Amino acid sequence: MSLLSFREVAKTYGVVPVLKGIDLAIEPGEVLALVGENGAGKSTLMRIAAGLADASAGTMLLDGAAAPATLQAAERAGIVMVHQEFCLAPHLTVAENVFLGREITRGLFTDRKAMETKARGLLAELGSAAPVRARLRDLPVSDWQMIELAKAFARQPKLILMDEPTAVLSATEAGNLFARIRAFRESGGSVIFTSHRLDEVKAIADRVAVLRDGQIVRVEATSDISEDEMAEAMVGRPLAEIYPPRRGMAKRKVLLSVAGLAAPGSVDDVSLDIREGEVLGISGLVGSGRTELFEALLGLRPAKCRSFVLRGEERKLPEAREAWALKLAYLTEDRKGKGLLLGKSLDQNVALTKGAITGSSWIDRRAERRDLETAVERYDIRTGRLDVTAGALSGGNQQKVLIAKTLGVEPDLIVFDEPTRGVDIGAKQQIYEIIAQLAAAGKAIVVISSEMQEIVGLSDRVLVMRRGRIAGELSGEAISENDIIRFAMGLEETSPQEEAPH
Amino acid sequence: MTDMTATTAGVAAASPGRSLVRLLEAAGPLLALILLMLIGTVTSDSFLGAENLSNVFTRSAIIGIIAVGATFVITAGGLDLSVGSLSALVAGMTIMFMNSAAATLGDGWLLVIAGIAFSLAIGAFAGFINGFMIVKGRVEAFIVTLGAMGIFRSVITWLADGGSISLDFSLRDTARPIYYGQVFGIAVPIIVLAVIAVVGELTLRRMRFGRHVAAIGSNRHVAFYSAIPVSRVRILTYVIQGLCVAIATVIYVPRLGAATPSTGLMWELEAIAAVIIGGTALSGGFGRIWGTIVGVLILGFISNILNLTGFISPYLNGAFQGAIIIIAVLLQRDRSQG
Repeated sequence: MSLLSFREVAKTYGVVPVLKGIDLAIEPGEVLALVGENGAGKSTLMRIAAGLADASAGTMLLDGAAAPATLQAAERAGIVMVHQEFCLAPHLTVAENVFLGREITRGLFTDRKAMETKARGLLAELGSAAPVRARLRDLPVSDWQMIELAKAFARQPKLILMDEPTAVLSATEAGNLFARIRAFRESGGSVIFTSHRLDEVKAIADRVAVLRDGQIVRVEATSDISEDEMAEAMVGRPLAEIYPPRRGMAKRKVLLSVAGLAAPGSVDDVSLDIREGEVLGISGLVGSGRTELFEALLGLRPAKCRSFVLRGEERKLPEAREAWALKLAYLTEDRKGKGLLLGKSLDQNVALTKGAITGSSWIDRRAERRDLETAVERYDIRTGRLDVTAGALSGGNQQKVLIAKTLGVEPDLIVFDEPTRGVDIGAKQQIYEIIAQLAAAGKAIVVISSEMQEIVGLSDRVLVMRRGRIAGELSGEAISENDIIRFAMGLEETSPQEEAPH
Repeated sequence: MTDMTATTAGVAAASPGRSLVRLLEAAGPLLALILLMLIGTVTSDSFLGAENLSNVFTRSAIIGIIAVGATFVITAGGLDLSVGSLSALVAGMTIMFMNSAAATLGDGWLLVIAGIAFSLAIGAFAGFINGFMIVKGRVEAFIVTLGAMGIFRSVITWLADGGSISLDFSLRDTARPIYYGQVFGIAVPIIVLAVIAVVGELTLRRMRFGRHVAAIGSNRHVAFYSAIPVSRVRILTYVIQGLCVAIATVIYVPRLGAATPSTGLMWELEAIAAVIIGGTALSGGFGRIWGTIVGVLILGFISNILNLTGFISPYLNGAFQGAIIIIAVLLQRDRSQG
């Protein structure tokens, strides 16, 4: 009998269907991978399984009986979720976090010694030597992930749900986690996990279920499906088609040239050229300093450099507002936290940066309205009414508003940081189209992305970062996922300065 | 998936039932004020008299001017607890300045203008120091202004040696019209409040600066990433607050002609209460000056009605005000920023 099974499970938020007719079962002692694009419904399915969300329709069975519907009941029944965003208390110690809500007690008091010993053991099983008495806030995020995992295993579950567990882990740490998952499987435990790294799915999962637009489009034993087939099932069409056609490799003028850029703790001695009409892809693992590099370049974090030559003129590193005035734009990866005022109207959002740089003291509301109408038209922002707040739009449309806001200052350099995160496939294609058009119009484009295919599909040239440095450069036909990964993992080292043609 | 949830909220927001709720929410403070005035009219004969109304407006003007400044600070996501103490300090120092400058500047309008300039300078400077510590020193606004509140209060107590600092009798007549004067039959404090409120409302609604204030209160990171000069704008809101306190104090000084260690006691709470009752979000991101003025009047009329009618002891004034603040926040609880 299956451990957990979904029958015709559906979930809608208001009128928007997120999951449709999901039929899926996981056996005891099985590792199941859920893959799909952002917004395909993976996290929602996990949340339903963990008792964090209710299904709108359908049934969910645990050991043949109705599955628990609340988080507490699910935990009692042996289902534990490891979240993508950490659910840990920064001011408590590692041991206290591992046993949070399940403290071992002796009489009236918590048994600190016992918890510390057990926590140390649980972490050792994951190959982690995180100090159990240290406070969490003093530890790096990779330790947090391990502690989150140790916390899950401490509850002696039957089923662990892991949402992107390896996103912040190094290759070695991920390897340790996989060893632990295999041991857990040997002892009869089951795991459902999501990952964007299909090679991991291939390596650790017994079966893979591919979600697209809220439906399961393919379930296979991982031995019967290749990574490319998974990717194509996720996207729903051959991969090449969603990317705009490549442009010729004309000789391009350098817009910005920086040497010896360093930001404390994140970027170390980086030199690079950014050229007009070129899409420069920036790849690397999470935490390799991709975002930090460009925040440092555009005055968004403290940094220094040996030289900064913009349009042929040497100058100092710009401050945040200066960078905008110099027509250097950064489009943040954190749409909700740094990009848009979700509670404010669309026209205010679109006008924000432009108004702050070139606006007059008095606000011209009519002009703002016109700008919004133009943006809605040009970027195909789909909203029933124009007077809604930015938070009322879907992820893809929010992203288009953010693009409209950023391009409102008519920049010459646009750094797109994760331009398609949390965006559905249709909007994704439109965003690629916008990027290609900007490049064709002679703008210098930088695309930072965790999605390897996006980097390969969009870039004329790729810089791969590793530990705050540029680990390798690839251009034109030589751009391949395989080489990017090798640079990102540190399997190959070249000096980009030697390779870069000037 | 949160994107989807957001979509649902947007759909709901567009429905007619929701827009009625929004309208009530927008006009809520005004309705409360009208209700309060009806109660006043029914319970007291003298309530609607020109003298009584003028009295309430004039008394409310001082808190009102301070509260306009507080609206800027709170809309930007800040807080200033030091306004009451600052008012006492400005009053004391300005009186000392005027007393000593009378010898050189005479006791005419020149002295009054110098006194006003002096107090505005102190107010702006104190506001700048508060803002600078909060923004550049990265200390919580609550802590900085709590500290400032204690410092200002004890400095004025020390300057007054525990007693009071009085404006020389020879100067009182010169300063008197600032509080007691009338223009076209309207008391000067009311006119000053009206001008400041209109300028404030226009600044907050129609000017780029006001847009930036609300954007910073709504999400400081978004504001920074949108090229808004976040530090400058935040510091400026505290400077505006300091200037408003100084203006209010200039009007207040001629009323009593003295500053004491208890001048301006609890004014910070009344000002913040007025701002919140008026519908400005305590967490920042949305503010309206007209609401603040309505809030000030609500507080003023409650105390006025209790004094006039005698059904309920005026000693319970604070209890009523407290209850109204809690109710106001309860009503805006569900509203997200903006």
